Amino acid sequence: MAISNATLSGLTRTQLLEMHYMMTLLRRFEEKSAEEYTRGKIGGFMHLYIGQEAVGVGSIAALRPTDKIMCSYREHGHALAKGMHPNEVMAELFGKITGCSKGKGGSMHMWSNKHGVLGGNGIVAAQLPIAAGLAFAAQYQGLDTVIACYFGDGAVDEGAFHEALNIASLWKLPIVFICENNQYSMGMAVEKAWAVSNLLPRAAAYNMPGEVVDGMNVLSVYDATRRAVERARSGEGPTLLEIKTYRFRGHSMTDPAYYRTREEEHEWRSTRDPIGIFEKILQDNGIGSQAEFDANDEKATQVAEEAAEFADNSPFPPLDELYTDVMVDGSAALVYRHPRK
Amino acid sequence: MRTLTYRDALREALQEEMRRDERVFIIGEDIAGYGGTYAVTKGLIDEFGDKRVRDTPLAEEVIAGIGIGAALADLRPVVEIMTINFSLLAMDQIVNSAAKFHYMFGGQPRIPLVIRTVCGGGAQRGAQHSQMMESLYAHFPGLKVAIPATPYDAKGMLKSAIRDPNPVLFIEHELLYNIKGEVPDEGVEYTVPLELADIKRQGRDVTIITFSRMLHLSLQAAEDLAREGLEAEVLDLRSIRPIDIDLITDSVKKTNRVVIVEEGWKYYGTGQGLAALIYEHAFDYMDAPIQHVNGADVPMPYSKVLERAAIPSKNDIIQAVKAIVPAALAHR
Repeated sequence: MAISNATLSGLTRTQLLEMHYMMTLLRRFEEKSAEEYTRGKIGGFMHLYIGQEAVGVGSIAALRPTDKIMCSYREHGHALAKGMHPNEVMAELFGKITGCSKGKGGSMHMWSNKHGVLGGNGIVAAQLPIAAGLAFAAQYQGLDTVIACYFGDGAVDEGAFHEALNIASLWKLPIVFICENNQYSMGMAVEKAWAVSNLLPRAAAYNMPGEVVDGMNVLSVYDATRRAVERARSGEGPTLLEIKTYRFRGHSMTDPAYYRTREEEHEWRSTRDPIGIFEKILQDNGIGSQAEFDANDEKATQVAEEAAEFADNSPFPPLDELYTDVMVDGSAALVYRHPRK
Repeated sequence: MRTLTYRDALREALQEEMRRDERVFIIGEDIAGYGGTYAVTKGLIDEFGDKRVRDTPLAEEVIAGIGIGAALADLRPVVEIMTINFSLLAMDQIVNSAAKFHYMFGGQPRIPLVIRTVCGGGAQRGAQHSQMMESLYAHFPGLKVAIPATPYDAKGMLKSAIRDPNPVLFIEHELLYNIKGEVPDEGVEYTVPLELADIKRQGRDVTIITFSRMLHLSLQAAEDLAREGLEAEVLDLRSIRPIDIDLITDSVKKTNRVVIVEEGWKYYGTGQGLAALIYEHAFDYMDAPIQHVNGADVPMPYSKVLERAAIPSKNDIIQAVKAIVPAALAHR
């Protein structure tokens, strides 16, 4: 097939193939994480992003490197898409000192000041008020930074969601609220939890634009996020995006997903895989070839493999790390001793 | 030195820090036009405008979140939560985010945040508006909990809190706003460290350890006891996290007897934690069991007769001292 120089959504061929690579990396990285979890190298809760790759990759492609993101606990993918090195993310999963949070955070708590990844948050919806604070700070400081705040469909049911949307709209804060509606808040089907069938009425209730987006098409996600980011950057305030997606695995590694049918899962995986959909778009438009997809996949598999190797070979934190980083100035958190006279 | 109320001392601290550092701003419910529920922020809107003196909707969780997010971005937010009773609505943000981010993310984020709030009973506000909750927050590593009792300390400690790189819960007491005390003249710069307790009265026979409004009752009790020949040392904790264990043990080694006085409930609180620390660090110096004076173990009643009975009195403190200080010590 002839490879054209056509663009899609204003993205160049190089950018589009880079997005394909990133989606593939997220997929292979998570598969590797699952494998290492099963081997006992990774502990605790681990929530995989498999199936939702188009959301993280498409939306982050619409951000500048200086923009910041806050996420839920299903954030490995966002961390990678925002530019964090797979090694530091995997090492964090392994609880190693070379992890981005020195092994003190784990799967749910990735952070990078350098890349503007301001945390995976283990408390549902807690990141929304803080993201509003980051956006407030950008406005206060006169910066044109935009904050992208990710959360699941379960977070919409928390009070923090409503408090944050109201204040963000009231003060026209530069923030994009991105609901990744993967249909289930743990085992609770969204239609059993929401009094509305989509988030448009919720957006309207807080006087901000809302959009329902196909989260299995990375270009739809990119387009919608770009519009929302432009609004935020030009001072017009927040947008609420409901991005419809599906997690191909259980809620966490220990979830056998009895609340949904195997047929439903099969249907999504076989007909709505975001990577497959994107590959078809690229091929149909003469932008990418199977050989290029395969090369991306091979590279992604290798990078994930290397990340696991790096993590495995890294040392655990020395035990004196137990008491560091409690207080910023290094002082004892409880009992204060000081030289007197 | 001049005399200033606790309220005015706090306002001066805010004003001076806002003049000193553009990054300092204050935010909360009715702090701008209304001037603050307890009038601490009165007039600040006129000098600093609504960018830096920001009224919010009644939404404690997002108010705290704005503070945390702004602090992450290197601003110096001073958040006002109208009373500590309402802080429970923001508790997830304070406990699960502010107190934990620095550790949980391997030391990368800093949260130089001050949350000012108001505690205490004694004004017939009833069960939901009269609580002491400092012990609750002092439970969590990652926070500092400051609870000053005098105008001098209030001003100096609030300035320290604003300059501190950690999240600080700064707890004022409703019945202290109108008390007066000596504060250095305007333009005379001073701060009071958050880490240090303070001996407010020297004595040899017993150490009364206290904080917030109970400091003043303890000092009155000490005056009465002095007339009977007993000299009580009164130690003001000023902060309950961190705890200034050296000053406490030094005092205990001198007096060998301790009475802990706090307005809040007895069980699982600051006093009991402190007693355990004292036994750990100074057991060999103790001549008598530690006495506790606490608020009654009930939700705060409204009726003034019942409320008075629920809050420790000067007489309760005097009785507690006499229970462990032998009369023979008097008039030595």
